[in-house]
Amino acid sequence: MGGVHPEENKISNDAAIEIMPVPAQMVVLMNQHLGAPATPIVQKGDKVKVGQLIGEAQAFMCANVHSPVSGTVVKVEPCKDAFGMAKPAVYINVEGDEWMETIDRTPDIKRECTLEPKQIVDKLKEMGIVGLGGATFPAHIKYNVPEGKKAEYLIINAAECEPYLTSDYRVMMEHAEEVCIGVSILRKALGVPNAYIGIESNKPQAIAKMTEMARQFEGIIVEPLKVKYPQGAEKQLINAVTGRKVPSGKLPIDVGCVVSNLGTAFSVYEAIQKNKPLIENILTVTGKKLPSQHNYIVRIGTTYNDIIKHSIGELPATTGKVISGGTMMGKAVVNLDAPTVKGNSSVLVMDENEARRNPETACIRCGKCMHACPMGLEPYMFSVLVRNNRIEEAKEHNILDCIECGCCFFSCPANKPLTDEIRLGKNKVRAMMAAKK
Amino acid sequence: MNLLNISGSPHVHSDESTKRIMWRVNMALIPALLVAIAYFGVTALLISVISVLSCVLFQWLIEKYIMKVPSTICDGSAIVTGLLLAFNVPATASMLWIVVIGALVAIGVGKMAFGGLGKNPFNPALVGRVFLLISFPVQMTTWPDVSKVQFFGLDTVTGPTPLGLLKERGAEALDQLPQAWDMFIGHIGGSFGEVSALAILLGAAYLCWKKIISWHIPVTFIGTAFVFSAILWLVNPVHVEAVDGVKQLVGYIDPLTTILTGGIMLGACFMATDMVTSPMSKSGQLIFGVGCGLLTVIIRTWGAYPEGVSFAILLMNSVTPLINRWCKPKRFAN
Repeated sequence: MGGVHPEENKISNDAAIEIMPVPAQMVVLMNQHLGAPATPIVQKGDKVKVGQLIGEAQAFMCANVHSPVSGTVVKVEPCKDAFGMAKPAVYINVEGDEWMETIDRTPDIKRECTLEPKQIVDKLKEMGIVGLGGATFPAHIKYNVPEGKKAEYLIINAAECEPYLTSDYRVMMEHAEEVCIGVSILRKALGVPNAYIGIESNKPQAIAKMTEMARQFEGIIVEPLKVKYPQGAEKQLINAVTGRKVPSGKLPIDVGCVVSNLGTAFSVYEAIQKNKPLIENILTVTGKKLPSQHNYIVRIGTTYNDIIKHSIGELPATTGKVISGGTMMGKAVVNLDAPTVKGNSSVLVMDENEARRNPETACIRCGKCMHACPMGLEPYMFSVLVRNNRIEEAKEHNILDCIECGCCFFSCPANKPLTDEIRLGKNKVRAMMAAKK
Repeated sequence: MNLLNISGSPHVHSDESTKRIMWRVNMALIPALLVAIAYFGVTALLISVISVLSCVLFQWLIEKYIMKVPSTICDGSAIVTGLLLAFNVPATASMLWIVVIGALVAIGVGKMAFGGLGKNPFNPALVGRVFLLISFPVQMTTWPDVSKVQFFGLDTVTGPTPLGLLKERGAEALDQLPQAWDMFIGHIGGSFGEVSALAILLGAAYLCWKKIISWHIPVTFIGTAFVFSAILWLVNPVHVEAVDGVKQLVGYIDPLTTILTGGIMLGACFMATDMVTSPMSKSGQLIFGVGCGLLTVIIRTWGAYPEGVSFAILLMNSVTPLINRWCKPKRFAN
């Protein structure tokens, strides 16, 4: 149901993953995940090593933060993130590249995992693993299935249905074995018979590679998916793989499913088998007008400007927008001096013509937004209701079911900023509900 | 360093626009226009040009001097209205000026009075057409004889339409009915844009291919008219009978003649599918199409007019908001 077919633009598909050098200055945000910020446990003047814990998860919904570099802590104070919001942060002056001794830096691949499920979950927490699909949900909470609920399916999201993004694809092509080990570990943590890796069928090479590798493992099934955005949205993916539907307001675990991103599986391998905390992102540097396309392993905390400088020198003069994420759900970066955080998947540079929005015209009630909506909602209606501040009615029309995939705005011939209006409406509905409590 | 744009997602667009949709509809109307010119001569072309120019001019004037808003004539919607209005009148010389009045009503009352494109509850071209039908009943039902048209001549020999013949119930009507093939290619009397089912279906196929219309309304509209008239025909097929000593036509016409004559093809493919005035959901469109088909046959069979497509569509337009309210899309997992 619903869905659209944006131009795929996977122009960085064939760029092998490179390692980006460590910058001289590093700012590590304490809020790199869904939930409360981690509490800094270092002070000015402290020496830190790569992989050392510098922010501790003290709240329930929180994740540990580790130093991605070695050096001296310069200060601990708020820093503006890529979208202009001030977040608590640790500033580190980089000195050398000295790693914690506990981290296994050898290239050997370790398949055996002797940990018990409980130990795996504890280690995920210790290593600061969060979901890398976009929501950065702390993994130790997701894999600690609440009492009374039972996981039956583990689904690994490798759909990568967003235009431009290729980091998951590259990981599959270059690290298929590590990914499968990571998936096996997660499968063990949940105690489910099978794990399904969902890949859109426009990536036949990745499907072939993963299918071949999965044969060597027990209970890993590669599931080719129909090419359609948003195939990788959680509810749509669960539906495509299991035929189950997560009802409105419910979580995947309510229908016996746990979904993790492919990149998460890779970082789980590194965390469990190599003792390496989540200190690196694999991200795509791409754009139609860029001189070259790249996929990088980047230390978390490297700024957007550092990444741009190293990969392409400087932004083309006609740059209109820099996006963190894909073109459908990514966020426009406000502040290029900001550090990257866990879960960043791309630095996508859009040309000014590509980034321009066309002027809005009158709604002709064509219903394209409605047919494109994967949740079966009526976006045109939300536009009218939100503009007229009819928030109660917007709630009755299930505005909160919207997953903000952008299909409505994408397909609207009148260029109505439907997704913007729905986001505004959702916030107003939530505010109204909070006020009533 | 230049400033970066900031906006919410999504950051790309499908490139679909109202303008492109309207121009594609105009493209789809070209086959019917060409057939009309071939059968009815330059009169058909002149009426079309006058109708289109009047619609565009009236919209420009109203937007500039009454509504005081930026002009939207470039979006091509006034041209669609102009063409459809022209297609719904006979190709006679008097239409050259009457169609201007129709254009004023279509654009002024049918569209701009409600706030312009997207806000009108009724199909503007049909509002204009029905206004003309009521105001100029003689001129609007005087049809040129398609077999006697001179290409460049404005003087026309009048002739009957198949539905007009049947409505008069003369005993000789049966022999004068055109063959099915003539009806299909459009070599029959009628409003000049509606005669050729072939040309209209060509245009409709193009619109389906470009995903501007879907099959739901045309198929249910034509299908319902076909099935409903087939039932009537099977119960009592049209035949000549002596009533009080006078031979006259009784019974109901066959379903093929029903769907190939009058405005059913044009109405079902181009006017009932108007995005603004038809339901949005597929289920709603099915109801809409069935309603149009039923009403058309009812009006034709038991009403005063030989033709009922315009009224059927306008009546269904009026219940579109109700259908929209009733036929919601199916929510995910509900």
